[in-house]
Amino acid sequence: MHRRTFTRALTALALVVPLSAAAPTAFAQTTLTNVSYDPTRELYKEFNAAFAKSWKAETGEDIRVQVSHGGSGKQARSVIDGLNADVVTLALAADIDAIAKATGKLPADWQKRLPHNSSPYTSTIVFLVRKGNPKGIKDWGDLVKADVQVITPNPKTSGGARWNYLAAWAYGREANGGDDAKAKAFVAELFKHVPVLDTGARGSTTTFAQRGLGDVLLAWENEAYLSLKEFGEDKFDIVFPSISILAEPPVAIVDANVDKSGTRKAAEAYLKLLYAKEGQTIAAKNFYRPVSPDLAEKADVDRFQKLKLVTIDKDFGGWGKAQSEHFGDGGTFDQIYKPN
Amino acid sequence: MPADPRQTLPAHPVAAGASPTTEPIAVRLALITVALAFLALFLVLPLIAVFAEAFRNGVDAYFASFDDPDTWSAVWLTLGVAAIAVPLNVVFGLAASWAVAKHEFRGKSLLVTLIDLPFSVSPVVSGMCYVLLFGAQGYFGHYLQSVGVQIIFAVPGLVLATIFVTFPFVARELIPLMQEQGVSEEEAALSLGAGGWRTFWSVTLPNVRWALLYGVLLCNARAMGEFGAVSVVSGHLRGQTNTVPLQVEILYNDYNFVAAFAVASLLAGLGLVTLVVKSALEWRYADQLASGRRH
Repeated sequence: MHRRTFTRALTALALVVPLSAAAPTAFAQTTLTNVSYDPTRELYKEFNAAFAKSWKAETGEDIRVQVSHGGSGKQARSVIDGLNADVVTLALAADIDAIAKATGKLPADWQKRLPHNSSPYTSTIVFLVRKGNPKGIKDWGDLVKADVQVITPNPKTSGGARWNYLAAWAYGREANGGDDAKAKAFVAELFKHVPVLDTGARGSTTTFAQRGLGDVLLAWENEAYLSLKEFGEDKFDIVFPSISILAEPPVAIVDANVDKSGTRKAAEAYLKLLYAKEGQTIAAKNFYRPVSPDLAEKADVDRFQKLKLVTIDKDFGGWGKAQSEHFGDGGTFDQIYKPN
Repeated sequence: MPADPRQTLPAHPVAAGASPTTEPIAVRLALITVALAFLALFLVLPLIAVFAEAFRNGVDAYFASFDDPDTWSAVWLTLGVAAIAVPLNVVFGLAASWAVAKHEFRGKSLLVTLIDLPFSVSPVVSGMCYVLLFGAQGYFGHYLQSVGVQIIFAVPGLVLATIFVTFPFVARELIPLMQEQGVSEEEAALSLGAGGWRTFWSVTLPNVRWALLYGVLLCNARAMGEFGAVSVVSGHLRGQTNTVPLQVEILYNDYNFVAAFAVASLLAGLGLVTLVVKSALEWRYADQLASGRRH
């Protein structure tokens, strides 16, 4: 009798197994894979729908854009390890440089192929503080006050964190008459106030906003505005520091991958649309600074404040230099950061 | 001098029905309270929290959370991965435990240690190993690319990682039971003229069937719930390589908290069902599970 029950159990299992195995998606359709960084989730959700519509209007074909989000450095690592990205839209040029160098799947001068350093939108680094700014944080100098806890992601894996780091460095440099040693000491002091390093910008935002850790979040401007929108304007304030950095998140086609999957045309159209009216409008709407503001809605563009911004190329000698100097093995970040 | 038998009796014989423990009632109550508080804090509260968050905006919002094709493809993918990994583990587990329990050979203890390896290796490390082996920059990367096979960041990678972390579950259930049962029944079957397969199907397998189901159950729960190893090899392509646990993380990071907890409640539900079936098996077929499972 026991055996019959057992046989029945086995039969049930045998019936369920092939059913569930047969069900997964097997339909063919042109798909385009965009491997992106952490805070662009909402941006590309909206943009992908717009692109699918425009592609359908132009070619009559259905297209599906699949995305993957994560810390920019981690995403680059995945593409290097074989993640089949048609386009990469990462947080900074150094991560796409890394893909080009490690795989040769796109040329070393990829950044010259599209206007504005291949960045269809820019952003900067601002502070998100709790409503009413209880710790009185006005500028970078206030971040190293004794009772202040700072939330920022890990510069090794996150692109936003590297912009944060360099913006802090730029402040330290300016406050000390251009002295890099003193700037380094300031950044070292700042990281003593960081209790936890998440792998990506979105992880840090949820740590700060949802889990309630820390007094100030060093955030992408777009991420800070989005937090106000998602969690309510009565929860947080945005503080604009005296100086920050022009963050240029670049986009690129991964040549070897699009040629293999025959998606070059779609990938090119995808990036082109980012620079066109649709892309610029959606970027501005999602709090990214469009490189052609006249193409976006004026009301969206007018939300952005004018800030004093340093640039990666002029002030840090470009990403090639900044990446190895600050974030490579034994770079300044390794020298100053000791987990506490 | 013979001892006085009365001296060996307790001064106050335990009355019939009284507790055999001697601790004061206060100590017992304190211990029970601590144990219950611990259980409530670490098991019951989180479970309630999952469902409370999932239903925070009402039942409609809960069901609306499943109106997302990416979530459904995550569910199908998880079922598919388990449907491949679990049967393979049944075969491997049966073969391994049969070899270990019924035969003597050199290197047996090494084999047992190897079977336990996934318990002691961090799942993230196992995922990394597969990336090292099969990633584009890995040892077999060039060959795999030249033949156009994608393992990492695709379903085969997810299956491999899942098989690795669930490997011990079936074998661990079967080995002690088979060892306990010994080889006498098999010897009897062989001496009556049955062949190897016949002996296996008619004697060995029926003897361990409930333990096998028990192992399958645990194996399946782990296969569907695994996060670390699959996270490393997934690539997180939405609607493509995200299993249910990964989808929960994505929804949470998309500020989609209700949906995140709604999907998490699926996993919690799976856990509860597993628990119930597991308890039923333990209660009904205790004598046919390994002695460690009896109570």
